[in-house]
Amino acid sequence: MAQLNAKRQPAKIYFRIGERSYDYNMTRELTCIVCPMGCSLKVELTDGKVTAISGNTCKRGEEYAENECTNPQRTVTTTIMCEDGAPIAVKTDRPVPKEKIFEVMKLVNKKVASLPVSVGDVLLDDVFGSNIVATASRGE
Amino acid sequence: MDLVIIGGGPAGMSAAIAAYESGIRDMVILERDESLGGILQQCIHNGFGLHKFGEELTGPEYAWRYEKKVRELNIPVKLGTMVLDITEDKVITATNPEDGIFTIEAKAIILAMGCRERSKGALNIAGSRPAGIYSAGTAQKYVNMKGYMPGKNVVILGSGDIGLIMARRMTLEGAKVHAVCELMPYSGGLARNIEQCLNDFGIPLKLSHTVVEIHGKERVTGVTIAKVDENRKPILETKEYIPCDTLLLSVGLIPENELSKSAGISLSTITSGADVDQDRQTSIPGIFACGNVLHVHDLVDFVSEEAEIAGKSAALYIQNGKENTCSIALETDGKIRYTVPQRITENKDVKVYFRVADVFKNVKINVYSGENVVFSKRKQKVAPGEMESILLKKEMLEGAEKLTFKLEEA
Amino acid sequence: MYDVAVIGAGVTGAMIARGLAKYDAKVCILEKANDVATGATRANSAIVHAGFDAKEGSLKAKLNVEGSKMMKKVTDELGVKYKNNGSLVIGFNDEDRKTIEELKKRGDANGVEGLRVIDAAELRELEPNISENATCALYAPTGAIVCPYDLTIAAVGNAMDNGVELKLNFKVTGIEKDGSDYVIKSENEQIKAHYVINAAGLFADDIAKMVGDDSFSINPRRGEYILLDKECGGLVSHTIFRTPSKMGKGILVSPTVDGNLLTGPTSVDIADKEDNTTTSEGFAHIIKEASENLKAVPFGKTITSFCGLRATGSTGDFIINSPKAGFINAAGIESPGLSASPAIAEYVIGLLKEQGFNAAQKDSFNPVRRSAHYFKDASVEEKNEIIKKNPAFGRIVCRCEIVTEGEILEAIHTNPKATDLDGVKRRTRSGMGRCQSGFCSPYIVEILSRELGIPYECVTKSGGESYINVGKTKEAE
Repeated sequence: MAQLNAKRQPAKIYFRIGERSYDYNMTRELTCIVCPMGCSLKVELTDGKVTAISGNTCKRGEEYAENECTNPQRTVTTTIMCEDGAPIAVKTDRPVPKEKIFEVMKLVNKKVASLPVSVGDVLLDDVFGSNIVATASRGE
Repeated sequence: MDLVIIGGGPAGMSAAIAAYESGIRDMVILERDESLGGILQQCIHNGFGLHKFGEELTGPEYAWRYEKKVRELNIPVKLGTMVLDITEDKVITATNPEDGIFTIEAKAIILAMGCRERSKGALNIAGSRPAGIYSAGTAQKYVNMKGYMPGKNVVILGSGDIGLIMARRMTLEGAKVHAVCELMPYSGGLARNIEQCLNDFGIPLKLSHTVVEIHGKERVTGVTIAKVDENRKPILETKEYIPCDTLLLSVGLIPENELSKSAGISLSTITSGADVDQDRQTSIPGIFACGNVLHVHDLVDFVSEEAEIAGKSAALYIQNGKENTCSIALETDGKIRYTVPQRITENKDVKVYFRVADVFKNVKINVYSGENVVFSKRKQKVAPGEMESILLKKEMLEGAEKLTFKLEEA
Repeated sequence: MYDVAVIGAGVTGAMIARGLAKYDAKVCILEKANDVATGATRANSAIVHAGFDAKEGSLKAKLNVEGSKMMKKVTDELGVKYKNNGSLVIGFNDEDRKTIEELKKRGDANGVEGLRVIDAAELRELEPNISENATCALYAPTGAIVCPYDLTIAAVGNAMDNGVELKLNFKVTGIEKDGSDYVIKSENEQIKAHYVINAAGLFADDIAKMVGDDSFSINPRRGEYILLDKECGGLVSHTIFRTPSKMGKGILVSPTVDGNLLTGPTSVDIADKEDNTTTSEGFAHIIKEASENLKAVPFGKTITSFCGLRATGSTGDFIINSPKAGFINAAGIESPGLSASPAIAEYVIGLLKEQGFNAAQKDSFNPVRRSAHYFKDASVEEKNEIIKKNPAFGRIVCRCEIVTEGEILEAIHTNPKATDLDGVKRRTRSGMGRCQSGFCSPYIVEILSRELGIPYECVTKSGGESYINVGKTKEAE
């Protein structure tokens, strides 16, 4: 199985595994993923705390920059197999910690959903603080 | 019939709703698939709808919002229906299992057939032709709609958004994506997708690289990649063999305009879509085009926006006819590859979309009417992968015969 | 126990089998691949040559001219697309003109009808898009085009409908003599036949060696092609050859019966009989020469490129003989093998009779096969009748080539039955258009899975291990 690449920028790295934080004084360069504009962000870190953010064009970019340096999160979109043998599209209804993505997949892979399924149905609950909801419908 | 909309994807549905809301009732959407939604059905990732709905939706969710509306409004839809031909005088020939081959005479037509992926055939990659070579969208269909894995060890050629999305998708399903090779020195995909689809998973993006040979007799066993020089020719000393069972291609999208051609609609050689005015009317009065059949969009939000223009304009055309009050050609300087629309025929505010030919930093987008700059906007960075737009105000059009879009140093 | 076993289901084996289907005899075709027409027949220039190329007195010359004359009737009976479009050998200088005049003389001697050397003006009238530099041409009005796998599939289908058996995935590993019979072995199976016909294409020398005939060898010669979109099919109406030189016959440009434009082939001797890989040098060569033939060739409209291997025999001529009692070679069938194939079949059956084959012709033989393209060729009214009876003909699966589910179902259920994606493609053209199967393949895989009763992930591109999918999602650990 593929591993998350937490060590993408080996020379200047700031990330957190579980409760442990790695404290560095550094500038991190990020690409904002909140919207398709993909702004280039600069984040100043002092003693592990975000002290300045630049490059963002909206408030959400600022939030993203802060989160990405303290607790990076991702919305996971995937499929769940249904009882008819075909998959249905699903997503986490809120972002999950980035390092949990593959654990989310493990739980999702085991699940077989019964039909019908409608957009918004919760197919799995409490997955790292998120629900897995259907994003498409079938068998209605 | 008043209006026939060809295609029930985001463009077709959006156009149909806009036409309905402008008063058209005698209409039908012809959709070749067994359900509405078009390609969005298989685009299960998020990132849709931020402009349109202010929230982040997945492809099926975005499509569902429009499908629900189409159902609520009782807009007639014929599913499983393939249009075979359109004539210049707007006679449509289509087929489906229930009706057989039938024709419809329409007062207006909206073309919303979408686009297709550039295929491996067009690339002339040397080597064998085994199983295991797919366009990224085909792989997306297998994985997301059918539940099957087209491969487990993957190399992707081309860094278009679907390729990037599939790199992540296949990784999540347990495949190992060894590399994404991009011929150009920059990616054709959105920056956010490089971040969250490649960087998150440590998938290398190899810019200025291409696949020079495919290996394998029955199934792909590997590919040879190489760096390319500034003329995009492979540098043979940099050849590298990567064992893999799958090559995915994400090397561009082409508007599907076979029907437009059969109707005799004039097409732009740059967009491969119809040449249109601000209302998205093609060279044939009463035939409109919108969405990826017109030009390839990065964001479905803009597809919907464009389709609304086409839908409203088609309604106006049916109700009152459409009169031209001016004739302004929009031209570009080459650094800007194309604009949509390509011409303006009515004095009103017009949003113009365009794409640049290369990555440029610190530039000004200047619009000239003769010697005069009628519009100017500064941009930190523009890239071919990201569509730009500007709003031309009515007063900027006054007296113009031609507007030239130029990218100039800021 | 068979009367005759034909090894190889390329165009040669197929036409021979169909010829034998006229007789009251038990005949089988043994094919190593998962379908017919997958070797040299799959990828060639798809041309029915007029017959001016081969040396006077050669078997190639005789059978080419005879076969070319028979082709119209054969394709009519089998419902195979054939077009007598005529061919042109164009010359650029005086030396070429001399060669062209020699070719005409040779053609006349071979019995080719209607050959004429024409001047630049007439050439341009026939082909307005021909290169400005072309000064003369040899015009062969009997030249034609045909689809080689369409012909082969139809011939095998017609043979099967008349009682011939087809054994696919039967790779002959050994042949033994048992009295006056032959025992032909594959890895899992063996059959017995009184007569054996070796139409094994590239592997005909290996088969001949199994009965002790090592009098010839087959040397694969690579031929690469580039196929352009149907938009370009009208660029020329005739098949355009260059004047042959020391460097070979050169790159031709030809319309295909399906309306595409075909350019190629390269010609490179290689060692591996299974190495049908294309090369960047090959592409460059095709693009250069084809562009010299016409004013311009829009290679931007390329839809696919491919490579075929010619089964070039060591003798320079077709090798059709009987080295052992009851064993006949139909080997070294390179160009003009497709053109000659109907005549090769008759010639081989003649040799078989010399070997003692004396079955009577049967009255029940039906030479006619319903065209695989009957739905496409039908009028709108006829199509609607068909759709009413079977709604699957109203459902378009391949949107580029407009192929219906009904046609795909028939490809899967009509002799010789398609069992893989390429098989469906060769029979219906699904996946041969601009998108090169991007949209339709997931649906066709589904139809194959359903109709053959096999799991989705077991559907292959071309048999063997050529699986389209390698497993299911949700199986990651």
